[in-house]
Amino acid sequence: MSVHFKQDEPDTSNRLDDMKQGVIGAPLPRVEGMAKVTGTAPYAAEYPVENCAEGVLVTSTITRGEVTRIDKDSVLSMPGVIAVIDDERLITRPAQGTANEAPQQKPKSVSYWGQPIALVVAETFEQARDAAKHLKVEYREDEGAPLSPDAVEPEEQEGETVHQGDLAHAMAQAAHSVDVTFTTKGHSSAAMEPHAAIAQWDGECLTVHASLQMLNYNITELADAVGLAESKVRLISRFVGGGFGSKLGISEDVVSASLAAMQLGRPVRVVLSRQQVLQCIMRRSETTQRFRLAADENGRLTGFGHEALVSNLPGESFAEPVLQSSHFLYAGQNRELMLKLARIHRMTAGSVRAPGEAVGMPALEGAMDVLARKIGIDPVELRLRNIPEDNPEEGLPFSSHKLAECLRQGAEAFGWDPGPRKPRHTREGEWWVGTGMASAARVHNVGEARARVTLKADGTALVETDMTDIGTGTYTILAQIAGEMLGLDPDKVLVELGDTRHPRGSGSGGSWGAASTGSAVYVACTALREELARRAGIAEDELDLSNGRTQTGQTLTDLLGGKDMAREGHYEPGDIAADFTASGFGAFFAQVRVNRFTGETRVDRMLGAFGFGRVLNHKTARSQCIGGITWSIGAALTEALEFDPRDGHLVNCDLAEYHVPVNRDVPDLEVLMVEERDPAASPIQAKGIGELGMCGGAAAIGNAIFDASGARIFDYPMTPDRVLATMPVD
Amino acid sequence: MAETISINGTAHPIPDDPRITLLDFLRHDLRLTGTKKGCDHGQCGACTVIVNGMRINSCLTLAAMHEGDEVTTIEGLGTPDAPSPMQRAFLENDGYQCGYCTPGQICSATAMLGEIANGWPSDASETLDGPIEATGDEIRERMSGNLCRCGAYANIVAAIRGVAAEEGA
Repeated sequence: MSVHFKQDEPDTSNRLDDMKQGVIGAPLPRVEGMAKVTGTAPYAAEYPVENCAEGVLVTSTITRGEVTRIDKDSVLSMPGVIAVIDDERLITRPAQGTANEAPQQKPKSVSYWGQPIALVVAETFEQARDAAKHLKVEYREDEGAPLSPDAVEPEEQEGETVHQGDLAHAMAQAAHSVDVTFTTKGHSSAAMEPHAAIAQWDGECLTVHASLQMLNYNITELADAVGLAESKVRLISRFVGGGFGSKLGISEDVVSASLAAMQLGRPVRVVLSRQQVLQCIMRRSETTQRFRLAADENGRLTGFGHEALVSNLPGESFAEPVLQSSHFLYAGQNRELMLKLARIHRMTAGSVRAPGEAVGMPALEGAMDVLARKIGIDPVELRLRNIPEDNPEEGLPFSSHKLAECLRQGAEAFGWDPGPRKPRHTREGEWWVGTGMASAARVHNVGEARARVTLKADGTALVETDMTDIGTGTYTILAQIAGEMLGLDPDKVLVELGDTRHPRGSGSGGSWGAASTGSAVYVACTALREELARRAGIAEDELDLSNGRTQTGQTLTDLLGGKDMAREGHYEPGDIAADFTASGFGAFFAQVRVNRFTGETRVDRMLGAFGFGRVLNHKTARSQCIGGITWSIGAALTEALEFDPRDGHLVNCDLAEYHVPVNRDVPDLEVLMVEERDPAASPIQAKGIGELGMCGGAAAIGNAIFDASGARIFDYPMTPDRVLATMPVD
Repeated sequence: MAETISINGTAHPIPDDPRITLLDFLRHDLRLTGTKKGCDHGQCGACTVIVNGMRINSCLTLAAMHEGDEVTTIEGLGTPDAPSPMQRAFLENDGYQCGYCTPGQICSATAMLGEIANGWPSDASETLDGPIEATGDEIRERMSGNLCRCGAYANIVAAIRGVAAEEGA
């Protein structure tokens, strides 16, 4: 039986708080943790499949043009080689998140350097890899493809444009103003597990073990790509070795393995090399961002301008949504916002953890620091003075808003010095030491989701949904929600995820998984409670099921009477999105040291304070936060995709040259979770957590570099060469 | 007698194809998939195993080079029924998220504490010849060959420090 709940109104009942089991929010270790620490959790490429052939993708060595000939005979006689697949249905780019249809196909048409054009299949991986290197390919190159965002006239993204009041006048009249331009380099998700798929075809049905975030969309994308009905396709992703946006849409490994398996009639495994993961999945676009901030003598914003330029391939609808939180974070009646997209022939741009705010917020918060210095007030105070009552563009109320609390509590816990102070105030040996802060903001998203909860006759529960756990803690928090609602210890709740045979969850992306699929589980459990209450003769809102027994002494197994009871919860966001602006908020504080002679920056300590609705598990939520802060360190100091100006190919396409933070880059991190219940965010009053920790944190580091060394840098990442070139000479 | 390599105490014949890395031999031929392939170029540490007591990247070495060697993988350190102290510490400290780098982190951390106990200095050590304490900075420096993109480093260090304290390192 399916129970539908569409949230059109805020839900202030906070039903989870009425339950008595006491497991919601508890810092429980992950239920799948033992499998992970003992190496027994199977990831996509690791399922034992008999007679599995191995595929290796061949990628383009031109930027734009046509493949005129693939000389299959050049490799078919090599040992173990089975086939060269150059099917027209091969995809050449991954699908964008929630695309729900096949991405670009026709692999003979090349639109970027590194694009997959064929798959070589052999008996062993070593044979396939060798043959892929030797495959002879001829091209007709279409010279002159634009490769740099400033090489073309960009397209205005009209839905993002805001002209409100008169910003130029506000700037002219302002007691204090700044007009600054920041740049950010491209980023890669660089999840530790490379994209991988094992496809099996039985002549009618296609089963694929893959590493994907959103099976509910991926099944449609795969079915569309290979030309099968969805009912003939099954996707399985029980463990996903990190996603961060790179596994939102169906990827080239999945479709090529599927087509090869269908053509050859035997299982085929395709695992992307690390270089292929970086070159033919997704990049976060580089950005150029101009800010105009106008303030009165008290530091209250009268004008706010944010214009951004990003890039993508022709044919892609995604434009890094840099302005997303700028629309509502700060006051200022006179507003100019504009996003432009340059069509260039670098690899596909798409979602990388926190698309938009991950680069928009560090730039905005850097500009705010410049303004605070110019006015001569505490940067914390500047932000406190500019928190708007309502969304300053749409006039909508906020569903909940914890920015002020996060700023104040974070400052106190960090020991923030409100100043006044000048840069270069503290030197320890060859190091300048300073501190900086920034606000955090990330829009809250929710999506439609279904989950089935079955109370088994033996008094345990089973939760089933095709939702994924990409390291976020889904297995654990769904067990906690069901356990809280049904009076069960979470170890009596079995959670089965990542299989399209289960009801369609929301998938993991945009930090929406917990609030969306968690709500579906909550809806199912509420329906189960109603039936149990009826059988027990107790009103549902008074029914106490804790520890498997009602307040009148009936046991759960008695109420079930030897039979299973199942309900499918179907959660839909509803009209509430049009009534409120919903966002997570927070604040970052960082202390850094900057080397006088080398320009190297080290982060000494960092604190994040976050308000994001109900916390479902304090241990996994904190881990999401420290993960985000760690990404902030990478974005501030080291992460940058570099493209060859001659052919647009990604130069630093591995983990030795693309510098994600390593252990020694990350100090002990402090996280404050400012608890709240957001009644409009979801029926479980939870908001997204996974991305907020990197939405602004890089600016706390950048602002601290200025405070320490006097180097005001407008380009992320703030590498030693940039710091050294900008730092005043002693 | 065939040339063999010992994996978690069991002897296995060296594979015929000399191109097979120790990593692919473990993952593919032996189906010991706890050892992970993250980059295949010695850049991420996900494939770390312990060979004759030393931690190495198994992607950077060929199976054929290990005749007579004793290899310990994550499966050899502990099992779900009998996890090692390091495995238990990672679980309790949430020293992972997606879990993909985790077996390599745990193998690396296990051998790394032995390096500290043996007095091998690192860039973070005060002196080259004194006894070494398992401080946060020592652990962070010595674990920097094992990338974790989820960003669990702070918890990984907490897990290792806990084990080091128990072992009196």
